[in-house]
Order: sequence, then structure tokens, then C-alpha cells
Amino acid sequence: MRGSPVITSLPASSTRRTRAGWRAGRQRGLVPYLFIAPNITLFTAFSFLPLIYAVYISFHDWTLIGEPNFIGIRNYLRLVHDTLFWRALANTLLYAAGTVPTSMATGLLLALALNRRLPARAFLRSLYFLPLVVSAVATGTIAAWMFNDNYGVLNALLVRLGASRISWLSSPYWALPSLVLTTLWVRVGFCMVVYLAALQSIPQMYYEAARIDGASVLHQFHHITLPLLKPATFLLLVLSIIYSFHVFDLIYVMTGGGPGFSTTMLVQYIFRLAFVTSEMGYASAVGMALYALILGFTVLQWRASRQAENVM
Amino acid sequence: MTTCAYFSRRLIDAACWLGLVTGAVVMIFPIYWMFATAVRPHAEIFEAVARLVPSNFSWSNFQAVLTRYPVLTWVNNSVIIAVVAVVLTVFINLLCGYTFAKFRFPGRNMLFFAILGALMAPIQVILVPEFLIVSWLGLLNTHLGVILPRAAEAFGIFMVRQFMVSIPDELIEAARLDGAGEFAIFLRIVLPLSKPIIAVLVIFTFMWRWNDFAWPLVALTDRDMFTVPLGLNLLRGEVNPDWGNVMALALLSLMPMLVIFLAFQRYLVQGIASTGLK
Repeated sequence: MRGSPVITSLPASSTRRTRAGWRAGRQRGLVPYLFIAPNITLFTAFSFLPLIYAVYISFHDWTLIGEPNFIGIRNYLRLVHDTLFWRALANTLLYAAGTVPTSMATGLLLALALNRRLPARAFLRSLYFLPLVVSAVATGTIAAWMFNDNYGVLNALLVRLGASRISWLSSPYWALPSLVLTTLWVRVGFCMVVYLAALQSIPQMYYEAARIDGASVLHQFHHITLPLLKPATFLLLVLSIIYSFHVFDLIYVMTGGGPGFSTTMLVQYIFRLAFVTSEMGYASAVGMALYALILGFTVLQWRASRQAENVM
Repeated sequence: MTTCAYFSRRLIDAACWLGLVTGAVVMIFPIYWMFATAVRPHAEIFEAVARLVPSNFSWSNFQAVLTRYPVLTWVNNSVIIAVVAVVLTVFINLLCGYTFAKFRFPGRNMLFFAILGALMAPIQVILVPEFLIVSWLGLLNTHLGVILPRAAEAFGIFMVRQFMVSIPDELIEAARLDGAGEFAIFLRIVLPLSKPIIAVLVIFTFMWRWNDFAWPLVALTDRDMFTVPLGLNLLRGEVNPDWGNVMALALLSLMPMLVIFLAFQRYLVQGIASTGLK
């Protein structure tokens, strides 16, 4: 830790500093705790206690009415045999597989193109970035309107092109791809920004040196750009996976998890168990499974960002 | 050889530019379509052939949505929640991040990781117990009930800590020797040096609270306490949504974010590029 230690015992030669330091040290004893008190209070009340309670309730059978009934690990055993849980997990992974590599690859291509000196570059960059400030609810609403079976602009376009209409959000087959397309619209700008920052931090002299050595553009990309983008790629990969495990608002507004269970992700399933079928204990057990998944990826993210810091 | 290289580079530039412009049209189209639907005469919305450009400009959708729903109340709720949340969240996270960056005290690392770990929990995991606590405190359907549970923000603490670690210790030590109190040091020395991170925090916190959905959905059940996203969800969830009204409200909900986007884009980009925030 670079800037943290506040040294309280100083060499005896400077009495003034020692005394001041000693006094400050004693006063400071409580100060850090006072400074973090508001945060710790809120954190305890609204994150830590709920989390503990969720762990506790995951070992119980409880419908919000009456006393929780202790049933040991039966909720966790139920996970193993619950086809809907596996369906939701599979949907979550499918959604991640559909959105993560595509948004990252598109983001990289955009960043490479936008890193060149082109007319209206700043303006173009802004347009790709715009969806990031649009709320998930607004995004989902606009998407639901565009994907509308009867009056949606996408079906109107398909008809004009001579193709037949697609029931985007009302068919179990097309609902997930529609979500993936909408998510791409949201996420490519994010990937672009991270890649662009990484690209701009590569010293130009690497390329100049390579050019003097006669390396081709492809060679330069393969041996300079790609290796130096590795930390950013890793960071993005982990962040995007976490995002795809978390995503709730967009799906809630666009499909509500349906039709059937075709777009029910783990978070939708938990919400449904808790607020529709009132199975609090089991909802908490599914929550713990998701939390374990996310914590795992968060640890990876920490490693990635530390790595990224070292390179950038 | 050089002419050839120059020519091929120009060709690649042209191809890139064409690709970028095509992509940008795709990116802007949903926003344009929302706008076009919102200002269209009502009858034109449900024509089978979607007209790219509205035949004429009409305010009727905005008028309809404002008279049919308590939109101004929703906007009012959203503004109160976002503004109070920004002031409270930014202040306590600055103080907390500063403490983790510049003080050494027993339990520091444990607390830091406990906070970050618990705050990483997906909201759905703790939604039910959180709901119980908030209702026990009598905060359901209040602004505070939305603001308080989200005020301790993991990313905020983390970002502030990262930023403040690089503030020189000598400045703080010198102020201490001059007899300045610890809180005065934070206010007069540390905060003025932290303007860039404060700007990033203010903008992101406002955006998060303005766009928030999952927690308000649970904590606010009274229609008159709704925020704008909850109202938008209500309109969209009706059996036969009036899409003109829905898009008019979507456009209204987007206005503050568009202003922030135009004015502070630099900080948004910086926040994302430096820590991978969203």
C-alpha cells in the first residue's frame, strides 16, 4: 500500500513532531470509524443483514406468511432436480454466449476504426456511446415497440423486402435472439470505449519501430496491438459475463421471461419464485447459486483490472 | 511503393468510414424511431406500412400522456430521489473511500472486502429481506426507502479509494501539523483535489438513480410514488399499449440523460474507460 500508513511513532530526535503525531494518532483512533460510519450503517442494514437473512432463509420453507420452517439443505437438493432451474441457467448461459463475444468483437472493430483519423470521428464515437445513458426500461420499451408483431418497424421492413413477418417477442424461438440483438445495441458502445482507451495507451513508437523494421500492417496488428489489448479483453470478458448474469430490467420490460420460460434467466426465476409463487426459501437458495457464480467472476475481474493497471 | 501504400491506406479509411456510418445509422435508429412515433399523428402509428418520416408534427401524444397519467408527479419523484441520492451517496462514499485510502486502522482490509463482497450480491438475492427491512422501518412507498438502500455504493467507494491513494500524504500531514481537524482536512484539502472523481461520481450516481428499476419496482407500489421508469413500465404493460403515449413518455424520461450526455460525455467516457463502470 503506497499512501496509507500514518506513522504514529517517530524518531525521538524530533520531540515536537512526536508529540503532535502521538496526539493526532490518538485522536485519529476513532476518526476512521466515524468517517465510515454512515456507509457501514447503511451497508449493514440494507446489504449485510439481508444477505445473512437470505442465507438463513435458504435453509427454510417459507411463504412470507407464518413462521419459516427449517428444512435443512432440502432447498439446495431441490435445485439439482429442478428442470426450471436448469432451464434458467441454460438460458442465462445462452444469453451470455450470444451477447458477450459478439459485443466484444464488434466493440473491437469499432474501436480500431474509430482510432484512425477519419472525418466526424468524435461525432460517430458519440453515437455508438449514446445507448449507454438510455435506461434499460426505455431501451426495452423502444425495442418492444420495434419488434411488435403487427405494427413494429422491423416487420414492416421485412414485408417491404418481400420476406414474411417474424413473431419476434411472441415466439419462444425468436424471443431470445431479439433480446440478444437489443443487448448488442446497448453493449457495443461500452466495449468500444474500453478498447479505445486501451488502443490509445499503446505508445506510437512501437508502430514506428515496427515500420522501420518493415513489418506489414497485419504483422503490426498481430504482434503489437493484439497482445497489448489482452488485459482490456480479459477485463471486458469478465465484466460482460457478470453483466449478462445480472440483466433484469431489460428482460422484465421486453418479454417478462416469456413466452413460456424461453427468456427466463436466473434473476427472472428468482424474482418469480419470490414475488409470484412466494417460495422465499427456495428463491434464496437459487439466489445463493447465482451469487456464487457472480462472486467467482468478480474475483477474476479484480485480477483482470489489476493486470490492466500494470500494463496501461 | 509509397503511393501504393498511401492509396491502400486511403481505401481502408474509406471502407472503415462507410462501415462506421452504416453502424451509426443502426445505432441512432431506435432513438429516432421513438422520437418519430412520439410526434406522429395518432392514426399514423398503427398503419401497417411504417412511414419513415411522420407526415406531420403533432404534440397530441404528449398531451394525452400528460392528462391520462400523473406524469408530472412521477417526474417530481424521480427528480427528488435522484438529487437527494446524489448528494448523500457522493458525500458518504467520498468520506468512506478517503478513509480506506488514507487511514490505517484495525479491521480495515476485512471491512473493505466485506463491503465490496456484499455489495456485489445481485439485487434479486437480497430483494426479499431488503423489502422486509424497509417495510419494517416504515419506508415502503417513500423516497427515502428508495434512496437509503442504494446509498452505499461499492463502485463509488472503490473508485474514490483508487483515486485518493495518489493524493500525496505530505499534504495531509502538513495540514495536521498546522492543527487542522480531520474533517476540515477532508473538506478543505482532499475534496478540492478530487474534483475529477467527484464529477464522475455525481454523473454516474445521477444516471443510476434516474434509470433505476428493480428496487423501486419492489419498494414503490403506490402509483403516485412511482418514478418515471416505473410509470413507463406501467404504460408498456397495459393490455393494448398506446404506443404513441409510451414513446412520448420514453422520450420525456430520456431528456435529462440526453442533456447530461451532451454536456458531460467526457466524464462518462472517463468513468467507463478507467474502471469499467456501467
